[in-house]
Amino acid sequence: MHKQKTLIGRADVLEEFSGHPAVAAILAWNPEALTDAKFDYGELTLTIAAEDICDAATVVQAAGYNFLDDLTAVDWYPSSPRFQLSYHILSHSHKEYIRLRVLLPGENPTVESMTSVWPSANYYEREVFDLFGIHFEGHPNLRRIMLPDEWEGHPLRKDYPVEGYR
Amino acid sequence: MPTLEVPQGAKDQHMVINMGPQHPATHGVLRLVLEIDGEIVVRLYPEIGYLHTGIEKTCEAKFYQQVVPLTDRINYLDPMSNNLCYCLAVEKLLELEIPEKATWLRVVLAELSRLNSHLIWLGTHAMDIGALTVFLYTFREREDILRIFEGLAGQRMMNSYIRIGGLAMEPPLDFLARVQGFINTFPEKIDEYANLLTGNPIFRNRLKSVGYLSPADAIALGVSGPPMRASGVDYDVRRDIPYCGYERFPFHVPISTDGDCWARYEVRLVEMRESVKIIQMALDGMPEGPIKADAPKIVLPDREKMKTQMEALIHHFKIVTEGFAVPAGEVYQSIEAGHGQTGYYVVSDGTAKPYRVHMRYPSFATLQALETMCKGRMLADVVAVIGSIDIVLGEIDR
Repeated sequence: MHKQKTLIGRADVLEEFSGHPAVAAILAWNPEALTDAKFDYGELTLTIAAEDICDAATVVQAAGYNFLDDLTAVDWYPSSPRFQLSYHILSHSHKEYIRLRVLLPGENPTVESMTSVWPSANYYEREVFDLFGIHFEGHPNLRRIMLPDEWEGHPLRKDYPVEGYR
Repeated sequence: MPTLEVPQGAKDQHMVINMGPQHPATHGVLRLVLEIDGEIVVRLYPEIGYLHTGIEKTCEAKFYQQVVPLTDRINYLDPMSNNLCYCLAVEKLLELEIPEKATWLRVVLAELSRLNSHLIWLGTHAMDIGALTVFLYTFREREDILRIFEGLAGQRMMNSYIRIGGLAMEPPLDFLARVQGFINTFPEKIDEYANLLTGNPIFRNRLKSVGYLSPADAIALGVSGPPMRASGVDYDVRRDIPYCGYERFPFHVPISTDGDCWARYEVRLVEMRESVKIIQMALDGMPEGPIKADAPKIVLPDREKMKTQMEALIHHFKIVTEGFAVPAGEVYQSIEAGHGQTGYYVVSDGTAKPYRVHMRYPSFATLQALETMCKGRMLADVVAVIGSIDIVLGEIDR
């Protein structure tokens, strides 16, 4: 595997990728929404302001990124901002993935639900709600999906012990 | 335990019934809450989580190489694809060069694993419809594949044979000949299954025009793999975003625009024939060389070297006791497994244990489309539709 080029930071990525369909679409819509960007391991990551994520998803969807492949979270405890949401979006026509990233605070993390853009986000968001305790506003059925309803805590948070509470 | 709730707005004449989690046609521990009007399905709610073992959390407490055996257990019908996807993701982070022979063998194994997965689908799907004979036939061929895997890895189902940096060990001397022997006869076996099912009027009537899914719905609901292609979306990860050297194997991607259970059956049958062609191409061009990457700090040394060379012994000791550090970063690797697009999202913080491993498994997303496919149809069609989308509960609940 040859060494991939790495670009860190919004300015560097914009210089190289201004013609990229997803980047161009987001810049044409609202350059303010794109707060950070990086390109490493051949993958493009765009950090979007939390309140703009659904609009940004609509914009990249119109730019040909038509398939929400995956949605998950990472807990960066004890760093701040604590939570990261990663949306992996595939384009069947461009044959390429992009990753949209949203950073959320540890206190009462809430973000708008993606189900209005891609109905497939329904289960993914329920999973993130169940295992990370992140709330999705406007989700049609935000209940625990893996664990029993009466379960306490959110196991994939880093302050939850691997062997559980005993 | 999830409670059996009466969905809001259920009408008086509607009945709410429970199907599963121990129902034989739900392929595991899937539980469906169905609201029915007579025999017509009005609404359908899957209840999942009965097999949830917290594998993603377990991964965070293991070294990178210790995660490989966990991946087998997620989709136990397609083990090599799981290993492959995880290893490709970690190798991307490590920027590791994999030797040619290991890459080609991985393709052979991934395709055999796909055949394994499709054979179980065909057998159980036909059995759900009532054609029990096919089940016995497909499990006969599956046994051949499992024997090949057993000779290779010592394990029939949980192989863990694909490792970070290559393969676990040299394949046995008769491995290629055994695979060749298997694919020499396998196309005839597919004809045999088709002969039992394709012309069978009961099987046809149970599948034709049942469980329709439009291409737009397939994309919106996250359906991937054979069900997506049966709905007319022309996309296959192996062809469009090649990984593991798939760009060297030209093959035909079957598409159908019917979007019903019958289309899914036809697409998978053609896919099996294409897999055989890919295996044949890989066997014909199999290069010589090592099967492990030249990275002594990451790949375990051969047993012989470990016992005779001081340096190899030190590396062995270090890898087993301390693991190996992986550069910080995040990668997403997608592959085409038997059931659809499998994706591994690996986040590293620079230590020897993964900071986060997330698995995107096709069955989890495909299950969301079940209601769309079953709504307004007879209750008996639910069984046909579940069989046709080919789900494994291990990968839904993880």
